[in-house]
Amino acid sequence: MSVTAAEDDAPLITEAETRVAVATQRQLIWWRFKKHKLAVISAAIVLAFYVMAAFADVIAYSEPFDSQAARSYIPPQPIHWFDADGHFHPQVYALKGKRDLRTFKLSYAPDPSDRRDLAVFAHGYPYRLFGLFPTDIHLLGVSNGNATDALFLFGTDQLGRDVFSRLVLATRTSLTIGLVGVTLSLVLGVLLGGISGLYGGWVDVVVQRVIEILRSIPTIPLWMGLAAAIPTSWSPEQVYFAITVIISLIGWTELARVVRGRFLALREEDFITAAELAGASRLRIIFKHMVPSFLSHIIAAISLALPAMIISETTLSFLGLGLRPPAISWGVMLQDAQNLETLGLAPWLLVAAVPVIIVILAFNFLGDGLRDAADPYG
Amino acid sequence: MADPILSVRDLQTHFIGDEGVVRAVDGTSFDLSPGQTLGIVGESGCGKSVTARSILRIVERPGRIVGGQILLRRADNSVVDLTQLPPDGAQMRMIRGGEIGLVFQEPMSSLSTFHTIGNQLIEAIRLHAKLSKRAARTRAIELLAMVGIPRPAQRIDAYSFELSGGLRQRVMIALALAAEPRILIADEPTTALDVTTQAQILELIRRLQQERGLAVILITHDMGVIAEMTDHVVVMYLGHEVEKGPVDAIFHAPAHPYTRSLLRSIPSVLAEPRSRLATISGSIPHPFARPPGCPFHPRCPDYMRGTCDKAFPAEVAIGAQHAAACFLHTARATAA
Amino acid sequence: MLAYLARRLVLAVITVWAITVVTFIILRLPPGDFVDAYVAQASAMGTAISAAEAAALRHAYGLDQSYLVQYVKWLNLMMHGEFGTSFEYSRPVTEVIGDRLWLTMLLSFAAIIVTWVLALPIGIYSAVRQYSVGDYVFTFIGFIGLAVPSFLLALIVMYLGLRWFNLNLGGLFSPDYQLAPWSWGKLVDLLKHLPVPMLILALPGIAQLVRIMRANLLDELRRPYVVTARARGLAERRVILKYPVRAALNPFASTIGYLLPQTVSGSIIISVVLSLPTVGPLLLHSLISQDMLLGSSIILLLGVLTVIGTLVSDLLLMWIDPRIRAGQLR
Repeated sequence: MSVTAAEDDAPLITEAETRVAVATQRQLIWWRFKKHKLAVISAAIVLAFYVMAAFADVIAYSEPFDSQAARSYIPPQPIHWFDADGHFHPQVYALKGKRDLRTFKLSYAPDPSDRRDLAVFAHGYPYRLFGLFPTDIHLLGVSNGNATDALFLFGTDQLGRDVFSRLVLATRTSLTIGLVGVTLSLVLGVLLGGISGLYGGWVDVVVQRVIEILRSIPTIPLWMGLAAAIPTSWSPEQVYFAITVIISLIGWTELARVVRGRFLALREEDFITAAELAGASRLRIIFKHMVPSFLSHIIAAISLALPAMIISETTLSFLGLGLRPPAISWGVMLQDAQNLETLGLAPWLLVAAVPVIIVILAFNFLGDGLRDAADPYG
Repeated sequence: MADPILSVRDLQTHFIGDEGVVRAVDGTSFDLSPGQTLGIVGESGCGKSVTARSILRIVERPGRIVGGQILLRRADNSVVDLTQLPPDGAQMRMIRGGEIGLVFQEPMSSLSTFHTIGNQLIEAIRLHAKLSKRAARTRAIELLAMVGIPRPAQRIDAYSFELSGGLRQRVMIALALAAEPRILIADEPTTALDVTTQAQILELIRRLQQERGLAVILITHDMGVIAEMTDHVVVMYLGHEVEKGPVDAIFHAPAHPYTRSLLRSIPSVLAEPRSRLATISGSIPHPFARPPGCPFHPRCPDYMRGTCDKAFPAEVAIGAQHAAACFLHTARATAA
Repeated sequence: MLAYLARRLVLAVITVWAITVVTFIILRLPPGDFVDAYVAQASAMGTAISAAEAAALRHAYGLDQSYLVQYVKWLNLMMHGEFGTSFEYSRPVTEVIGDRLWLTMLLSFAAIIVTWVLALPIGIYSAVRQYSVGDYVFTFIGFIGLAVPSFLLALIVMYLGLRWFNLNLGGLFSPDYQLAPWSWGKLVDLLKHLPVPMLILALPGIAQLVRIMRANLLDELRRPYVVTARARGLAERRVILKYPVRAALNPFASTIGYLLPQTVSGSIIISVVLSLPTVGPLLLHSLISQDMLLGSSIILLLGVLTVIGTLVSDLLLMWIDPRIRAGQLR
């Protein structure tokens, strides 16, 4: 029986498999990440928040520090989208002060006869865009009046300050503290974790023990103590910096463990041995061979560490031991809601909880998605 | 020929996933007679293991038996179709271990490392027989002795990680036979072992078969094992059986081109030095990209365009109990 | 096994020492010395502290000498049970702390037991019944535990309790039992008030452990030994509970060691929001008013008790099932 070569062979690998075989690591990670719909949505949410933080001054419309006792505890204003003629004409009712003749207490109530038009890119209080360009254009405002006196989308707090504007500015502070804190943790974590994993030996043992000790102590009381020791004479910026340092002393252990684990695993990899045998220097091996392979893991660990930072700052500020006024953060705003009676009077003070929860969830999903995608060959 | 103790008829087991359906077993039929050793041979991915698991109804999700029958003749001569039994029902559970025993290929991870082998053995014994713990323990020690484990009375309290691969596989065999089944299915029992241990395990299986009158299904990709151990052979490719028959017929008069290619690819001590190793051209097609018609045709040296890629070949009888599914023989049969 | 024990003990001792150092730093960090503050506060309250008394105090704490001496003297005093006087309450620190410390540890331990009792079955269920309705419900609850900071959760629970049920969910005792001496009735009252803070405290831990258990079990369920167990004719429930759960328990058990510090930390914050008579509100108050002797003593005691508690629970775990430890050492 003659052996004829089979013609019309089915292709050895399919089109799709070819694409996968020649894709770069970055592409693989991206594809895998895209499959996690939740992670992609979370990434978008996180991005949106940071954009909002960058343009915080634009989005806020009310002077955040302009307190007026008379305006205290005004409930959120409803926006009336259509006027009496049915045209699209967003308006809010202006507030009219009325003095109670018995208690002499001045209280504000909405006056339907006096309406203010909502406007986009309206004039408001002056500020410096990105700290550089003086301007007074804000995203929202009222065209016939002063936004600070008329617009209270989320109501006001005890000191009469607009909650919405303060919330936007608080977002900027809380999110940036998270970033700075994570950067500090990263430096500490990569340094100590890297040395520990790379060189091993007694250095590794010592660092390991330190991490174990830190993890077995209840951290909150310690950080409370450290935070309370910050002198009251320090400026808000100095306090901000000190809080960040304290917070990053929390997160570095987790990052260090991830980094150490990766280095340990990498040391055994054949491609590292091959590089050593080829005569590559230690430094070259670290930066050209090792770092690219665990970079994605580090990024995943960071996005999981950020929410911890944010929670820490929020908690400390909530307790009164964190940022001090006039700094605004989510925790500072939530401090106002500590009192149950106050909450009963003004439940809108809890609105700061919403971005906290959303951002933390988003970072967690994002981190999970990144972690899953980080090992495309796994 | 005695009535078969196990009869698989046109079994179809499919894995239904998001990306498509994988037809792991797509119409396999064979019979197992009492006391017989049946070998199932084929490349990785041809569906041999899934067949074994289908028989015991332990196919993992999303796999499901979608067609065919698995007829088991019980001790009282009644016949039950295993595909119709609820997989977790009491009857099926009794059959598992009680009528059919299964030995796997991974002795390293097939035993729990948190329980002593005695614990697992006694559990298997007491599942199918009403024995006190002490009686079960004695029986377990007997079983360990039977499979050739030295010092069974001490070893019974050992953990699996304290035993070598060969010993672990013996324990697996003891576990499979603990409830005195009449059928033993061994799925690549020696693949993970070195050659010497391989020979010992195969010898053990043969001895146990003779002592207990077991019917054995031996699944392997190693033609040498087939030649040594089996009476009958089923050759599988991509979920179908392409040829089946007595082992002598298969080896000396293989009818299907795939069987011939398999035999040809066995390296021989007697071959000319420096001669090329014969291989089967191409590779197993992707499960979602099955070739139309005969599944083997893209790699077949005797491929007939227009015939083999159009329709699926029916099984044709070639000799006594020897059949192959190939158009070459259909033509011959019609010609004859 | 003995070597492991010894190592844990040594580590515990070192940890306690580290805590004393950090606490001492916290104590001396604020500017000025606490004797000055004590004198000032006392005179504001109307009690005069003579210069001789103040000097004696300074000497006792070694405030006129180097930091090392101060540390040693302070440590020495505490080993003898002398935690100093709270200048704010003008009473010995131990008296001010009173029952609070024990209540804190009681609450934390209760929360941990709840965590274990709930996380294990939920984790198993989530792994075995993936994608079921129950799985989604538990995943959602897990997200709450993950994403909502404990103080926020406590706040929201309190608020909702007030708003919807007109109940004050805070506190560990009803007003009548608050200052009463311990009795059977007081214990029952405590038990009635325990569930809310206990559950809020346990939620993050449950979320964490369920995640770990689920992931581990999913891994183990795919292993060959599960299939062999099934092939022997074992019933499905027994197959899962006896084999893969046992294997998945190993890494699970080791994370429990860090649960106590986390829970104690959490209890501080929650007790502030829920106004529980535990150490939390006292600590916060003392730190804000810079009553450092009180504050640092609380921090120290909390830390030491946590380390002891962790050690005890580790030993218990080891005693209950030596195979866990054998598995780890292997």
